[in-house]
Amino acid sequence: MHFSISKEEILETVRMVQTENLDIRTITMGINIQDCRGSDGSSTGRKIYDKIVQCARDLVKTGNDIEKEYGIPIINKRISVTPVSMVVDGLSQDEVAVVGKYLEKAAVEVGINYLGGFSALVHKGFTRGDLAVINVIPEILASTERVCSSVNLGTTAAGINMEAVYLMGKIIKKTAELTADRDGLGCAKLVVFCNAVEDNPFMAGAFHGPGEPESTINIGLSGPGVILNAVKKYPDVDLGELANIIKNTTFKITRTGELVGRVASRRLGVPFGIVDLSLAPTPAVGDSVADILEAMGLEKAGTHGSTAALAMLNDAVKKGGAMASSYVGGLSGAFIPVSEDAGMIDAVADGAMSIDKLEAMTCVCSVGLDMIAVPGDTPDETISAIIADEAAIGMINKKTTAVRIIPAPGKKEGDWVQFGGLLGRAPVMKVNSYSAANFIRRKGRIPAPVHSLNN
Amino acid sequence: MEEGKRLIITVLGYDKVGIIAAISTILAENNINILDISQTILQGFFTMVMVVDSAESKVDIAELRDLLDQKGREMELQITVQHEDIFKFMHRI
Repeated sequence: MHFSISKEEILETVRMVQTENLDIRTITMGINIQDCRGSDGSSTGRKIYDKIVQCARDLVKTGNDIEKEYGIPIINKRISVTPVSMVVDGLSQDEVAVVGKYLEKAAVEVGINYLGGFSALVHKGFTRGDLAVINVIPEILASTERVCSSVNLGTTAAGINMEAVYLMGKIIKKTAELTADRDGLGCAKLVVFCNAVEDNPFMAGAFHGPGEPESTINIGLSGPGVILNAVKKYPDVDLGELANIIKNTTFKITRTGELVGRVASRRLGVPFGIVDLSLAPTPAVGDSVADILEAMGLEKAGTHGSTAALAMLNDAVKKGGAMASSYVGGLSGAFIPVSEDAGMIDAVADGAMSIDKLEAMTCVCSVGLDMIAVPGDTPDETISAIIADEAAIGMINKKTTAVRIIPAPGKKEGDWVQFGGLLGRAPVMKVNSYSAANFIRRKGRIPAPVHSLNN
Repeated sequence: MEEGKRLIITVLGYDKVGIIAAISTILAENNINILDISQTILQGFFTMVMVVDSAESKVDIAELRDLLDQKGREMELQITVQHEDIFKFMHRI
């Protein structure tokens, strides 16, 4: 039998895994739980628990087996479920909280580290189930370790639900206060979206959308370290050529995701959903999107030129990745979280990166203001206003945007928060001290934008 | 896509006597057939890529990796073992 791969190609792959942190960030199994409604909280919770355990019994083992056989690290095995608000409609808040506890129990039982879907889709308004879920988010995120929550409060087609924007400012603050002993860690498990996608494999914002099948396997890639090394090798090429180098490299990274997705899907007997082309950084040195921007020629990420560099990087990643996979979906873009990216942490600590610049950068990449710590005494309405700004960017530009913000209790600008592990650590950033309260308190909805007259 | 039984083993480190002998002994002991070897030495640095068939192997890939890791530590070599599909997928459509 002929083996057509050259030695150089083999060694390139080995180097990507051994020294450039190439890994599969997550295999996320989406599970429909719409058929799990019981007469009350605990019977609903039990049905959900049983279904998750039945569907995902072999998820962790399969992931570990694939990791061993192919020699490619698969960092996380995770589960997303149908937004819980769709299943619990009509139950009281206390009963919804019981359902949340069962999600944690199921996550522990199958051995995964995060389970997403304690969520509500409220872009046009609230159902009673939505409100029940949203109101118990702080309690659930404080009393569980693995349950993640998300709320979609705007879309390009529906506009922005400003009532939800107002409410989420309060919910985020309350979540931070209930987890004050852990620097507000609960907020790291809560994402507020505009134009949320139904097949996102990444936490904390993953949920199994209502348009999805019974169950799917979605793959999230990592790989900033590999792109960084490719960019570093060509310090003098022009940007057209650099875009090509990034495309070629992304193609290779994405192929590993495609392979792992296909194998996992076959072994688990669950259809392959999508590969998410996102460049997801980790706090490990060299596994940083900010470092890539700096290797492209910026002295520090966050300086002038950062938005342009990120726009090119993001687009090249999509072009290379889209060729490599049969189904691309999820968020698909470069992530620029602060606490999870060593280069971003440095940029903030050195004063090169502000919330305002981050907001501008989210116009050209996935996904939004992510893992940003702000002072604990930031007013609710200011948190809401930050959410409104991000949602407006998503709504107008027909893209997903999100806010995952941590008003760190008792902390001031310049202090640090520590979450540990993949969530990392972050300096507390300055927020604009002028009030947006009167704007936010108007509530109502921001109407959907026109889809013509583009400028 | 069929999952075959061919594995790729890479060995990197400073050149010394007996590297190939040590690796191929482990493979022979476990009934793993060598299909192809390519080896170079560049400025004292040893690089080897092996294609092997593990269809009749006595051990699974994880055990083989442990055995080779142990040998790698003894001889100060970095040894990797991966299923061939990862290379096919990455470099060919």
